[in-house]
Amino acid sequence: MSDKPKFAMYWASSCGGCEIAVLNIHEKILDVDANFDVVFWPVAMDAKYHDVEAMEDGSILLTLFNGGMRTTENEEIAHLLRRKSKILVSFGSCATEGCIPGLANLFPVSEIFDVAFHTASTDNPNNIHPVTSFEVPEGTLTLPALNPTVKTLAQVVDVDYYMPGCPPESHQIAAVIDLVIQVLQGKAQLPPKGTVIGAGGSTVCDECPRTRNVKLIKAFHRIQEVAPLEPTLCVLEQGVPCNGPATRSGCNARCPRVGAQCIGCYGPAEGVLDYGARLITAFASVIDAKEPEEIEAILDGIPDPTGQFYRFNLADSLLRAGVSNWQKNGH
Amino acid sequence: MSEQFEPVIVGFTCNWCSYRAADTAGTARVKYAPNVRLIRLMCSGRMDPTFVMKAIAGGADGVLITGCHPGDCHYIEQNYKALRRFLLLRRTLKGLGVAPERVKLVWASAAEGMKLAHEITQFVEEVRALGPLSWPKWNENAIQSEPIKEAA
Amino acid sequence: MATTNRITIDPITRLEGHGKIDIFLDANGDVANSYFQIPELRGFERFCVGRPVEEMPLLTNRICGVCPEAHHMAAAKAADAVYHVDPPRTAKLLRELLYMGFYATDHTTHFYALGGPDFIMGPDAPVAERNILGVIHKVGLEIGGKVIQMRKYGHTTVEIIGGRKVHPATSIPGGITKILSEEERKQIEEMGRWAIDFALFSIQAFKDIVLANKTYLDLILGDIYTHRTYYMGLVDENNKVNFYDGKVRVVDPDGNEFVKYAPKDYLEHVAEHVEPWTYLKFPYLKKVGWKGFTDGKDSGVYMATPLSRLNASNGMATPRAQEAYEEFYATLGGKPVHQRLATHWARLVELLYAAEHWVELATDPEITSPNVHRVPTEVPTEGVGIVEAPRGTLTHHYTTDERGILTKVNLIVGTTNNYAPIQMSTNKAARNLIKGGKATEGLLNMVEMAFRVYDPCFGCATHSLPGQMPLEVTIRNKDGEVTEVIKQFVD
Repeated sequence: MSDKPKFAMYWASSCGGCEIAVLNIHEKILDVDANFDVVFWPVAMDAKYHDVEAMEDGSILLTLFNGGMRTTENEEIAHLLRRKSKILVSFGSCATEGCIPGLANLFPVSEIFDVAFHTASTDNPNNIHPVTSFEVPEGTLTLPALNPTVKTLAQVVDVDYYMPGCPPESHQIAAVIDLVIQVLQGKAQLPPKGTVIGAGGSTVCDECPRTRNVKLIKAFHRIQEVAPLEPTLCVLEQGVPCNGPATRSGCNARCPRVGAQCIGCYGPAEGVLDYGARLITAFASVIDAKEPEEIEAILDGIPDPTGQFYRFNLADSLLRAGVSNWQKNGH
Repeated sequence: MSEQFEPVIVGFTCNWCSYRAADTAGTARVKYAPNVRLIRLMCSGRMDPTFVMKAIAGGADGVLITGCHPGDCHYIEQNYKALRRFLLLRRTLKGLGVAPERVKLVWASAAEGMKLAHEITQFVEEVRALGPLSWPKWNENAIQSEPIKEAA
Repeated sequence: MATTNRITIDPITRLEGHGKIDIFLDANGDVANSYFQIPELRGFERFCVGRPVEEMPLLTNRICGVCPEAHHMAAAKAADAVYHVDPPRTAKLLRELLYMGFYATDHTTHFYALGGPDFIMGPDAPVAERNILGVIHKVGLEIGGKVIQMRKYGHTTVEIIGGRKVHPATSIPGGITKILSEEERKQIEEMGRWAIDFALFSIQAFKDIVLANKTYLDLILGDIYTHRTYYMGLVDENNKVNFYDGKVRVVDPDGNEFVKYAPKDYLEHVAEHVEPWTYLKFPYLKKVGWKGFTDGKDSGVYMATPLSRLNASNGMATPRAQEAYEEFYATLGGKPVHQRLATHWARLVELLYAAEHWVELATDPEITSPNVHRVPTEVPTEGVGIVEAPRGTLTHHYTTDERGILTKVNLIVGTTNNYAPIQMSTNKAARNLIKGGKATEGLLNMVEMAFRVYDPCFGCATHSLPGQMPLEVTIRNKDGEVTEVIKQFVD
């Protein structure tokens, strides 16, 4: 039995990108192995849920938990790992703010089923939808239920640290691992509980190499209307909606560096209460018009403001979901 | 007699024009609907869309924003900022299923007490007709409502 | 009321997300049936409605963080089709170059750390050795470093062209946002040349270790993992394997062309079957029909994997990969090959093609041209984009309004193509291995091998070090009492 501190990584409703981002620390993964005993990591090894249940409460020193709370199983495992872990990190955008699957909060869950099981290529004349409990001749098969809304990890359990990003960039993950190892060796202190780690305290604009002038936008453009962008000038200044102004730094402004807009995957900058509201202010401030008709014409250049401003963040916003999602669910 | 729905309206009023207009209405004893809870901002340009989101998340059925007429802003041009934010906010809220008619922007000068009173009363009726919004209180500690067992 | 015994393996690991297998035994303790369930559903086809179509290469990345590049490309091609725009040649070259870097990384990861250990070490090797460490000991210490290097090179290529290693950002309707500099091109070319050597080394390693060993060879050629189904893959105009573009070709279990269709016609040929006990659907060939979970010419079940792509094609488009392809079929007795374990070898043939094509693209004179985007001029309507994801044919179908805002989305994702075969393969393995109520040690690995062969959307670069794979199988009698518990490395 190893006496190295225990480490776990789990994916709830996740795409697996966070796991790949961890693996992209390359040789550094050996530092993880040298300093920790990996006890639960479904992508990498076959420990099962009841192996975790059998562990003592609090016996896992560090758990990186990625993926959102979409199903009842996701929530159960969140509670389980919270009990078994000393330090629980909300890892990546899904766990921290719901991420793109959180956009499902714009609709009632029933519509997910209505669409998925009746797509153009789906052959479903008897209108079958999967159910949480189904009798086959041999016995009962069960599936976890989809909860009415996608939730973040912190909306379900107590979280110690947050690591934003979709996914968190590998150099940031490596830095956090270094920090944790230093803490283990008594050379550093853990930051205060609730701290956002593995990211900066400013906005993407701060890391962006593009030149920013006073922005006076007379029109917003869809990127395919104007690509390729002028390489040195601010993306937003060229009229392409870029979420840099309200998005947390830490990624090194990768997307603007390759001629694409920032879509906001690192979540809200420090001190922002509602990310979408902050972006509304930022975008409104660059519009060079005073008359309502002119302003509305310019705003027509952003055909989907809700998606633009809440792409990653809806489940963690003040409003959290669209009306049709919770109205149909009987609130 | 059935109980009528009384909308809860939050009103963000600028200090210089519309708040004084509300005062004017008051001293002139002009009646207007009591549903509006006024919050004074120094300027309509102080209106942060976060305030509106918070009001709705907190249970408001409608939100009213009032400011000085374009060109009359005490701080010169900030009411234009309010206008731009308001228009973009309204579109964003629409995408979240909030009827655009639940958020309104009104210009009123300090002398237009009656006009403001009228606007408020009218807005209350408009929101009453839309019905309650009743945004859910997303309480983390509460047990979430029954997960859907069968989709159809 | 059920009276059969039941074995549940939950969760399945090394699958994207979650999965579980329920195995039911009859009164004799033989397998009555088994069910491979997928317990997750996020609803991309619903919540992408209302989004602008140019966001789809970014939104659909998040379907899978292991193969976002595949979704990115399928989405970009579907968005091109929606706008009826043909990107400039340089844009297509750059997209495909990114894609080859990704393919090389992905196939490497799966061969060395996921499927390879079963092969290289053999399924009856001690469990502690059946992982990347065992591979290193057997093949050489430098191999671990090489695998990491290949992953690095592949992801660096993705990062240079796509902006990030995971969830690339640069493909848009009409082309790409990134212009490649000469310095970047040189770096990518060098990495590609190294990748070719690495691919050749890997194929040689496979021949030396696996093919030269009769036990392993028997396993590959044996019946337990054999299914005779239809095979699907994307091919170019010469019917050579192509990952990025072309038409979808399907051959029947005898290897004869059954159909070859353009992406826009996919609805005539593929349909999806629904079962109430799983959130994932089962695609099948429409013209043959859904006949249940069976093989054969009369069943519409088909497979889409590296093995399928080789079966469905007439060869590889690059010279050394073509040699490897010919050797593959010569060794295994001709086309088509039905033994699913051969997929691991087919994957290496594809790795070689990806590396060779990587260098072809990186040395194309137009790859650094600034002409990377064509502004769409037509009104957007509807379009289909198909690429080969490493795990299978990936179809994105979008309908938009006149502003390019999505009104309808249909996705048939790589692994989904193989869901019926996965269900069948695990079923067959279970039936062959579990008799009289006894689950042998071999079950633990061989059931895993049955689904792992399909490289189910997720592979991971490292097993647990030092190589323990905890797995527990619980067998209950009909009263629900535990009669036997088989554990490995579970304390």
